[in-house]
Amino acid sequence: MSLLTKSPGEAAARETPARRRRRVDRLPYLLLLPCLAIIAVLLLWPLGQVVMMSFYKLDSVRQLRGDREWPWIGLGNYAQILGDPFFRTVLRNTVLFAAANVALTMILGTLVGLLLNRLGRKMATFVASCVMLAWATPALTGTIVWKWIFDDTSGLVTWLFNKLPDGLSSTLFGRSDWTGYGWFNDPLLFFAILTLVVVWHSFPFIAVSVLAGLKSVPSELQEAARVDGAGPWRVFWSVTFPMLRPVFGILVVLSTIWDFKVFTQQFVLAGGTQDRSTFMLSIYSYAEAFSPPPKYGLGSAIAVILTLILLVVTALYVRMVLRQEDES
Amino acid sequence: MKKVALNAAGLLVALFAAFPVYWMVATSLKPNREIFSATPRPVPAKPTLEHYREILTGNLIPGVTFADFFLNSALVAVATVLLSGLVALLAATAVARFRFRLRTTFLILLLVVQMIPLEALVIPLFLMIQRLGLYNTLPSLILTYLGFSLPFAVWMLRGFVAAVPKELEEAAAIDGASRAQTFRKVLFPLVAPGLVATSIFSFITAWNELIFALTFISDQHKYTLPVAMTFFFGRDDTAWGSVMAASTLFTLPVIVFFLLVQRRMVSGLVAGAVKG
Repeated sequence: MSLLTKSPGEAAARETPARRRRRVDRLPYLLLLPCLAIIAVLLLWPLGQVVMMSFYKLDSVRQLRGDREWPWIGLGNYAQILGDPFFRTVLRNTVLFAAANVALTMILGTLVGLLLNRLGRKMATFVASCVMLAWATPALTGTIVWKWIFDDTSGLVTWLFNKLPDGLSSTLFGRSDWTGYGWFNDPLLFFAILTLVVVWHSFPFIAVSVLAGLKSVPSELQEAARVDGAGPWRVFWSVTFPMLRPVFGILVVLSTIWDFKVFTQQFVLAGGTQDRSTFMLSIYSYAEAFSPPPKYGLGSAIAVILTLILLVVTALYVRMVLRQEDES
Repeated sequence: MKKVALNAAGLLVALFAAFPVYWMVATSLKPNREIFSATPRPVPAKPTLEHYREILTGNLIPGVTFADFFLNSALVAVATVLLSGLVALLAATAVARFRFRLRTTFLILLLVVQMIPLEALVIPLFLMIQRLGLYNTLPSLILTYLGFSLPFAVWMLRGFVAAVPKELEEAAAIDGASRAQTFRKVLFPLVAPGLVATSIFSFITAWNELIFALTFISDQHKYTLPVAMTFFFGRDDTAWGSVMAASTLFTLPVIVFFLLVQRRMVSGLVAGAVKG
C-alpha cells in the first residue's frame, strides 16, 4: 500500500493528472497482480495440467496425492479413445446435440425478441418478465422441475398423453396407457427432452439480446420496407438481420460454446452417470475420471479434445468482440 | 386482428417460459394427496406448508437438515463474492483508468479465459485440491469459484469504473487527495452500485455450481445445496412435494437477485455488440 499513499502535498505539487499519465506507472500492474495470479493459478495452470495428465496412466487417487508414480504413456490415452467406436458415438451425440440446440435456441430466441419488440408496452413487460423467470432459474432446479413434469406416474405429460383418446393414441404411438412409461429410457427421447430443457433455459438470453439490438437500431428502415410492401420474412432478412449481424454472430458463438459442454442438465436428467447411451463429451470425460474405477488420464484426454473443439469456436468469438471494440 | 395474434403469441411464450417455475412453487404447496392424484390441479386446492416444514426440520442424515446445506452454500457463495469483488475492483480500476502496455493483452486474456470449458478443469483442479490438502473442505470450493467468477466480474466492473467521470478524480487530486483517498472517497462510492451488480453474478455462479461441489466434497454434512439436491432428491425419488419445496427455496434467492441485475448481464456478455 505504500505506493498508493503519497503525501497529499507532494501529489498536488508535482503531479498534474496529465503528467501522471505520461510517466511509466507501476500502479496498474500492481492493481492487476492479484487478478492475474488467480487467473494463472486457478484457470491457466489447470488448463496446462489437464494436457499433461492426459499423457499419463492415472488410475488412483494415491497417484494424484503424489504417493505413487505416474507412468508416462505418451499418446496412449488418445489412441485408446480415438480407437474406441464408443467415442465416435459420443462425439456424434455432442455435435448433433449442440447443432440442434443452437439452431432451436437461436430461432426461438430471435422470434421472441422480434415479438417483444412489436408488443404493446404492458404486454411486452409481462412477457419479458416471464421469460426472465426461465433465464433466472438455476440449471439444476429447472431440470428437476422438467423431470417432475415428465414423471412416469403423476407427471403432467404422462397425464396429458393419458388424456388422448385411446384410439388415436394407439394408432399414433402404439399404446394408450402411458402410466409407467419411462420417458428417459429411449436415448432419442432423452435427447429431445434434454433439448427442451436446454432451449427453455437459453432462449431468454437470445431474446433479450436480440431485443436490445433491435432497440438500438433505427426502426424507420423496417417501417419503410414494410410500407414498400415487404413481408415480415423479407423485412427480417433484408433489413433487420444485416443490421444486427454482429449481435447474431456473437450469440451463435456463445450458444455453441455453452451447448457443447452441457453438463448439469444432463447429469440431473439422467440421474447420474450410469446411462452411457446418452453420453456427451463433458459427461463422458467426467464419468471416465470419477466413476469407479477412476481413470484420470483418460478423462483428461477427453477433456483436452473438448477444449480443442471449443478453442476454435472461442478464437472466432474473440476476433468478433475485438473487431467491435475497435469500431466503437 | 394482427394485434390479437401477436398478443396470443406473447401469452404462449410467457406460459412456456414461466410455467415450470409456477409448477415448482404450486407443487411445493400441495398436500401429497393432490400431488399424486389422477387429475392434476392447476392451483393447490388446500395449500399447505407441510413440505417446507418437512425439509427444514426433518433430518436427512442424523443431525443434518436442509438448512445446514443452505448455510454451507451461503457461506461458500458469500466468501466467493467478497474475494472476487475486491480483486475485480482493483483489476477493473487498472484497465479502466490507466493506459499501459499490456492493457489490450489483459483484456484479450479475460475474454479467452472466460471461454475455457470449466468442465475440462475438474480433473486438474481435483489434483490441485488433493495436493493442497483441501479435499473435502468448503475452502476448496471458494477457491475454485473465485477463479471462475473473476474474469466476468472484471469484464463487467470495468464498464462501471469507466462510467465514472475521470474529472471527478482529477479534481480530487488537484484538491490534494492522495491516490488512496481518491479511490476510497470518490471512485468507490460511485462504483458501489456496479460492484453490487457484479457481486450478484459471482454469487449466482457460486450458488448454482454442481460439478465441482460434487467432486470436491465427500462428507455429507459439508454438501452444498446443489449436491444435496442431487443426492437426496435427484435420485429415483418420488417425494415430489419435498423436492419441489427444496427447489423453490434454492431457486428463490437466485431469481430475486437475478431480476435485480439482469440488464447488466446482457451488456456484459455481448459487450460492444449491442449499443444502447
